[in-house]
Amino acid sequence: MAEAAHIEFNPLATGSRRRQLTSKTIIYLCLTGFALMYLLPVVIIFLNTLRPLDAIVREGFIAWPESVTFSHWAEAWGSFCIGGTCEGVSRFYQNSLMMAVPATILSTAIGLVNGYILSKWRFKGANFIFGVVTLGVFLPAQMTLLPWAFVLGNLGLSNTISGLVLIHTIQGLSFTTLFCRNYFINIPDDLIKAARIDGAGFWRIFRRIILPLSPPILIVTVIWQFTGIWNEFLFGTVFTSGANQPITSAIVAFSGSGTGERHYNVEAAAVLMSAIPPLIIYLVGGKYFVRGLTQGAVK
Amino acid sequence: MSSLLIKDLRKSYGGVEVLKNINLEAESGEFVALVGPSGCGKSTLLSMIAGLESVTSGEIRIEDRLVNDEAPKDRDIAMVFQSYALYPTMTVRENMSFGMESRRIPKAEQAETIARVAALLQIEPLLNRKPSQLSGGQRQRVAMGRALVRDPKLILFDEPLSNLDAKLRIEMRTEIKKLHQSVGKTTVYVTHDQIEAMTLASRIAVMYKGVLQQYDTPKTIYEQPVNKFVAGFMGSPNMNFLSATIGESDGARGVVLDGGDGAVLPLPEGRAGGLRPGQKVIFGVRPEHFSAPQEQRAERRGERSVIVSAMVDLIEPTGSETILMTRIAGQTAVVSCEPDDAPAEGAVIGLAVDMNKVCLFDPATELRL
Ligand SMILES: Nc1ncnc2c1ncn2[C@@H]1O[C@H](COP(=O)(O)OP(=O)(O)OP(=O)(O)O)[C@@H](O)[C@H]1O
Ligand SMILES: [Mg+2]
Repeated sequence: MAEAAHIEFNPLATGSRRRQLTSKTIIYLCLTGFALMYLLPVVIIFLNTLRPLDAIVREGFIAWPESVTFSHWAEAWGSFCIGGTCEGVSRFYQNSLMMAVPATILSTAIGLVNGYILSKWRFKGANFIFGVVTLGVFLPAQMTLLPWAFVLGNLGLSNTISGLVLIHTIQGLSFTTLFCRNYFINIPDDLIKAARIDGAGFWRIFRRIILPLSPPILIVTVIWQFTGIWNEFLFGTVFTSGANQPITSAIVAFSGSGTGERHYNVEAAAVLMSAIPPLIIYLVGGKYFVRGLTQGAVK
Repeated sequence: MSSLLIKDLRKSYGGVEVLKNINLEAESGEFVALVGPSGCGKSTLLSMIAGLESVTSGEIRIEDRLVNDEAPKDRDIAMVFQSYALYPTMTVRENMSFGMESRRIPKAEQAETIARVAALLQIEPLLNRKPSQLSGGQRQRVAMGRALVRDPKLILFDEPLSNLDAKLRIEMRTEIKKLHQSVGKTTVYVTHDQIEAMTLASRIAVMYKGVLQQYDTPKTIYEQPVNKFVAGFMGSPNMNFLSATIGESDGARGVVLDGGDGAVLPLPEGRAGGLRPGQKVIFGVRPEHFSAPQEQRAERRGERSVIVSAMVDLIEPTGSETILMTRIAGQTAVVSCEPDDAPAEGAVIGLAVDMNKVCLFDPATELRL
């Protein structure tokens, strides 16, 4: 386990200068092309938030703004009328936060404990249970709609944010358990044995040994869960309505419904706003996300 | 009072029995080495003593207390792992205090104990480092320190030196021996290195395929192995096993090497009892029990040697001794000799065999006769 400096393997560092140059050019051209393809829609939407409505109607979506105003952002946030209330998306933003934050924390916390048990306190049938839990990863959400309707109805949680928290916590467990278990399995068993001889029990080992080793996988699950739950649309639309909707469903509701004229610029601002939280999380933790997904060992 | 007593201990995984009827006891302060080839069940036995593996049947007692069903933390043992198993996110000091914290020992006492043990192991300058900032030998020391702060009744080692390079291994071996002499804890030490076992242990338990073959002092194990396996496992280079038949000359029993000239190598008084002429035996001679005839090595001790002729095929100088690959009566035999006395390859030489030191085994049961 010598701490050798990590040197990236660089296949482009060999060969003649000319070969290096051409291969680099080709690679960067390809990458730039793909980046443009992904970013262009975002740029167009953003430009539309700055344009007055009549300009959009007159010139179409794809055009350079003649006059620039940020008023549509304010309108989308605070005063636009959606489904009878005129509070903009702010209240749905709040709903989404109230849903995504607790559901992320709960599903990650339970996933950590599940993974800990399934990797370090194995019992008869542990593999079977793990198999069943990970089956949930492959189960389409539509299949679970009916059972969830039944459960929420019986618990009196229909059309509530708490109901969505419950759904996302449980739906997310498959992923978080899978991630954490596969990460913890690489932590040497000897550490657990040593800690048991040192007199530590289940929770003390979890807190003092497993958790301090967990930041990489913690970041992965938090990002994964938060973006997944924030962007989720199906459950929000099916199980909530009106003022209780998360932002994803609300945006669809206010652009799809209504017979009046479409406020494309306000809608565009609302859409971009709704994309900000996952973006921030990814910008902050993205580096660790990729690293955590690929890195197995703790060594 | 025995510090550790193991009675009729068995362990099975599913239908596979990996430990069969182990009986072992260690006096207080004793250093017991468990040796055997890979997969013979050494680690399993140690884990059972530690309480990390369940007992299928039998008894484990630590200072007369039956601990079969007790949790590891209640057994008052400490263990040093082959991988060291240092907690990677904690400093050396935290590694050492973790066990004491679990046991709610007052902070002041913890600090005092850590200071004492750190001084003993000379790891004071390392106390604030993380395990990843330590060399292999330092990790080894810290792992021992973590075991010692607990003042356990029993210290268990599972191949503690096998991750170190050869030179460091010998250094640490000496340190472990010194440490044991100064703290005097009963120790069970697993190793597959028979030299480690010979140098450290007061008694050696040789295991093979889940069966305890022999449990005795290093000297007895080396000189009077109970069977061919123990004889072959202990000692390096290995003991030579030559097939032979019991013969008789002038009324005295002796050994006739198969494939040789039929000469009878007479056995010393008292060694021939129970042997029948014509009986097949395995003639076991350690490489160092061959010597040049003019040395008269056995005779100077008042013992007897016989001379056999050997054809030298190959010479392997190791520095301190030279190993000869020879053929005696057509059978291969490894001989060690002084580098200065080494013959040339292809030479035919006479070798004196120290007959008081040879072992005879039954070819069928492989037990020593
Ligand atoms: N959990 C298990 N399930 C089934 N068999 C096992 C298990 N653990 C160990 N064994 C078997 O028990 C036997 C003894 O293993 P053990 O680890 O005690 O060997 P060892 O003597 O320590 O070997 P080494 O020198 O390689 O460490 C081996 O044959 C091994 O395959
Ligand atoms: Mg082992």
